[in-house]
Order: sequence, then structure tokens, then C-alpha cells
Amino acid sequence: MDRPNSYKRDEAGEQPPYLHPEYRSTVLRAPKQPLVPLPHTLSEITGPVYGHEKVGPLDHDLTRQHDGEPLGERIIVLGRVMDSNGRPVPDALMEIWQANSAGRYRHEVDNHPAPLDPNFSGGGRCVTDAGGRYRFVTIKPAAYPWGNDPNAWRPAHIHFSLFGTAFATRLITQMYFPGDPLLACDAIFNSIPDAGARHRLVCRLDLEHTEPEWALAYEFDIVLRGRDATPMEG
Amino acid sequence: MATRHGTTPSQTIGPFHRIMVPWEGGAELVAPDHPAAIHIQGCILDGAGQPVDDSVIEIWQANVHGRYAHAEDTREVPLVEGFEGFGRAITDGDGRFDIVTVKPGCVPGPGETVQAPHIALSVFARGLLKQLVTRIYFADEAAANDQDPVLRTITEPGRRDTLLAVPRASGGAPPVYDFEICLQGPRETVFFDV
Ligand SMILES: [Fe+3]
Repeated sequence: MDRPNSYKRDEAGEQPPYLHPEYRSTVLRAPKQPLVPLPHTLSEITGPVYGHEKVGPLDHDLTRQHDGEPLGERIIVLGRVMDSNGRPVPDALMEIWQANSAGRYRHEVDNHPAPLDPNFSGGGRCVTDAGGRYRFVTIKPAAYPWGNDPNAWRPAHIHFSLFGTAFATRLITQMYFPGDPLLACDAIFNSIPDAGARHRLVCRLDLEHTEPEWALAYEFDIVLRGRDATPMEG
Repeated sequence: MATRHGTTPSQTIGPFHRIMVPWEGGAELVAPDHPAAIHIQGCILDGAGQPVDDSVIEIWQANVHGRYAHAEDTREVPLVEGFEGFGRAITDGDGRFDIVTVKPGCVPGPGETVQAPHIALSVFARGLLKQLVTRIYFADEAAANDQDPVLRTITEPGRRDTLLAVPRASGGAPPVYDFEICLQGPRETVFFDV
């Protein structure tokens, strides 16, 4: 264990910077000192790994958490979690949370005057299968205003949280929908310098997995950091 | 060599993360009446010195013997039944959090080095497009800290001290350590590029 098999560093422009003044809250929260490089030790290549015991049978279906059905457009969100070497990431805990179909979060600090939905809480969990695949059923969230500037609106999005295989692979991100005109003017989406990387956060309409007469499907694949190649690997 | 797949970028956790399904156990990694329990009471301050009252902190640590509950820690060091080593807390209106845990043992570092007892900590918040990562070390482990390969890379004494949780003088039981996280300013905490 004197030379742990570390995880690859992200490439330039793939991740947002801490300071992005167009997103005003970063100004007082981004560190001003340079980050200290941390070689990966046992502390970084291990991490919380939770399996199916944390997840109930209906946790992946946000439309079945109450007595009635939530309002809005029912959708399926599915995809694959893999690493940057292209290997699937099985048994990975995923958490999502989102606004309802009117753009309102069930959250005490959300005072957007849009209706709450008694049949929608907006939180879900699932675990990837042996092939790294996952599937959620939910409703399409709506855009909502935020205080970044007097007429700022977040594009519709679903928040995603993943643990991956190690402390070093922890990721919290947001999934967006294709063709949303608000993407062009969103300070958070546009904080990612590289356009290709940014568009990895936009899901894809997936007619193949759509359930006819019931719900459209959107595919959202997630790529976590993979291992550095080692001399042992062929 | 296979082609590299580009990684998915990070985005802020935003202000509405309380929608997440609540984390069982929260920031209590052991019961408060556990004989080896310690409290780590922290606060997070922004560049204006204001409390960061809407952040999520997550911690990851080895057990008292210095063993991680993870398949890649294959050393013959005992696991502790029921101790997973992970906790999650939301800062309160004063930017404060309270972790109940045990002091971890030492774990190996690069080469022949030994890392001093430490807890890995991530901060997620509105205004952070990506989590900030730091480590909690313990001020009462001076000898181990002096040998720690990560602390030794931080040469400015004032900066190194930002990573130390300080035992509270009152000396009650369980012991309480104070740990302040400053996102900016003269006491800006050391954050790591992991
Ligand atoms: Fe949001």
C-alpha cells in the first residue's frame, strides 16, 4: 500500500473554477489561496461505499411517494455511470433532488410563489446495477427564478449526487434538458469553461426507452474519474 | 491505451439540498455515549466573516485502529463492527456543525510515511461550483503531525494551523474539539486539490 493506484486528474476546462463572478455567490465563497495538491493516499482512494441496503424499493420513483400522482409531465431518467476509462461503476449510490412541475422546491427557504404539489417531495435514491445502469421515474421540473440578477432564471434541472468508488470520485452535479433556451444565459451552467464538457450535463431524448402512452425517457450518462493507468495493466 | 472518456463536470449543490432523502445517522458516526466518542464542533465563515448557514459537510475517516471500512484497505488492521466512517451534516443558522465520532488511528502515507490521525472533509454549498476539500487534524497529536507527509508540505505555520481541531479547555466528557473553516480571509483554511 505504499503506492496506491490514484485517480486521474480532470483535464483543463472540464470542471468549473471556484471563482466565477457571473455567479455572484462565488465571490465571497471561492478560496483566494491556491489549492494545495494532495497526492492520493489510502484516505482518498477509499470512500463511503453503500449498496442496496440504503435504498428502499420505491426510492427511485418520485411519482409514487404519496397517495396521489404528482402533477406535471411524467418522465423516465436513465443512463449509465462509468469511469473515464470506460468501465461501468456498479453498486454506486445515486441521490437526486429537484423542483416540482411548477418550479417550486419543497424546502423552507424556497419562497418562489409557485404552487407546492402535495404529491411530490422531489427527492430520490437508487443504486447502479452490475452494468452501472440506473433508472429514475419522476416529473419534469420547471424553470425557477433566482436572485443572481433581477431577471435570472435557472433552466429546468435535476440535482444529482454520486459517491462512486472513493473519496476522490465524489460528485455533485446537475442534469439539464435539451433545447432549453435558458441554458445560454445560466451563470451556473456556463461556469464550465469547456463547451464539450458543459454539454455533457445535457441529457438526450431517448425514444427507445420511452414507455408508450405513459412517459418520455431521457438518457443521462455520468462519467466519474477513473484510475491512472498502472504498469501492470496490459 | 483506450481513449479517455471526459468526466462529468461538477455543479453547485445549491440552496435546496434539504430535499435530499435524509441521511440516516447524519453526523453521528458513533452514539454520543460511546466510550471513545469525541465531538468536533465547527463553523464555516465566508469572505465577509458571515456564517455559511446553508452548506453540507461530509466526512470520511478510518476507525480508531486506523482502518478504513473499504475494500481497498486490505491491511491486517481490525475493522470495528458498525463503524462505517462516513457522516453528513447541514450547517445551522450560525454556520455551525457538530460531528460525533472517534479519533481515527494513523494510516499509511506515500512511501514509508505515516499519516497523523485525520478526517477528510468536503464542503458543498451554494456559491461553490465544486466541493472544497480539507482535512481535520488534531492539535493534541503534535508528534504525529510533525511527521505527517501532507502537513509537512504546508510550510507557512499560520496556514498549517488552519487544519488543526483544537481541544476545548473545559475538559468535559466527551471531549470537544473546535474546528473553524474560513473560505477566505486572513485565516483562510487550506483546501486541497484532490
Ligand atoms: Fe436547483
